[in-house]
Amino acid sequence: MSLALDKPRQPRRPAARRSNGELYSWLFMRLSGLLLVVLVLGHLFIMNILDGGIHKINFGFVAGRWASPFWQFWDLAMLWLAQIHGGNGVRTIINDYARKDTTRFWLKMLLYVSMVLIVSLGTFVIFTFDPNISN
Amino acid sequence: MTATAETTTGSRGSQPPVPDGAVTVTVKIRRFNPEFDDEPRWDSFDIPALPSDRVLNLLHHIKWYVDGTLTFRRSCAHGICGSDAMRINGVNRLACKVLLKDLLQKGDKHTTITIEPIKGLPVNKDLLVDMEPFFEAFRAVKPYLVTYGNEPTRERIQSAADRERFDDTTKCILCACCTTSCPVYWTEGSYFGPAAIVSAHRFIFDSRDEGAEERLDILNDIDGVWRCRTTFNCTDACPRGIQVTKAIQEVKRALLFKRV
Repeated sequence: MSLALDKPRQPRRPAARRSNGELYSWLFMRLSGLLLVVLVLGHLFIMNILDGGIHKINFGFVAGRWASPFWQFWDLAMLWLAQIHGGNGVRTIINDYARKDTTRFWLKMLLYVSMVLIVSLGTFVIFTFDPNISN
Repeated sequence: MTATAETTTGSRGSQPPVPDGAVTVTVKIRRFNPEFDDEPRWDSFDIPALPSDRVLNLLHHIKWYVDGTLTFRRSCAHGICGSDAMRINGVNRLACKVLLKDLLQKGDKHTTITIEPIKGLPVNKDLLVDMEPFFEAFRAVKPYLVTYGNEPTRERIQSAADRERFDDTTKCILCACCTTSCPVYWTEGSYFGPAAIVSAHRFIFDSRDEGAEERLDILNDIDGVWRCRTTFNCTDACPRGIQVTKAIQEVKRALLFKRV
């Protein structure tokens, strides 16, 4: 696109500035999807396949994992990404299929409230987990 | 069926002689007459037809010799004007480009062809839909050359390589096959739809045009290209073979990297 300079005072209509929100949400879905493939498959492998799979999981196993900041970060990233990725996906489905504005509004409110609840509860547990609680 | 006051004979009188090699097919048409019907209804017609006939010939036969009240659009009847887009056996096609031999059942089985109006646009009568919402989205993307500054004294030069970039999207005939095959457009009419994005693509990637930024901003909106779910229905429906989904992706890429 070349700028026409031969008549500089010609009013060049400025493009209406619109939000880039949809662009960023679209981009986020792609990037978080890639990350989630690694995080979720790794999680499933550790929890369900390695060392006898699901039978090894108990309070002590979880306490041992969350003693390490690495696994804390892993689970935190998985929680946040999965919640926002999934929530954004459901948001687009609501946008596509809700017919009335009020339905759309309330469905989205329900979605956002549930997202905030789950993300904050999960984050709270990861950071305040006390391995000595059973004693 | 609701009782109709209209005549149910064809507009051209009695049926012509059945040609040699004709097979009888059932044409099942979703009809709606706003003067008599509360709900759309299905009408079936048994029509003699040749395998080399187009679906449009069957509709003509019905309208001319069986039921003159059948309403549909067609103009050139040769796949150029884009008037006779309809849903044939569940997929959007131009009635003048679908041959009967491609719809015939194998062996001696009886063939039934289902014809409905294209989805997502208000039906005026039978297969005739109100195209205004479709053209409204088309107009909204500024489908014309936008330039600033003085007009050049000679023609606007363009290289063959620059022309190639938007060659595919110049083929659009605005038949609405793509837009009305899009599931997002069916439920949410505010989406611009594939055809409008194709028309925008044709000018966004034109090196002579200077309105790319305006059009990209329009398509960056919540009802713009990000609504696309890449289901490829549009690419499948296009009677001109335009890679519609690819064109939409190119617009997305131009927005993402802020580069045309």
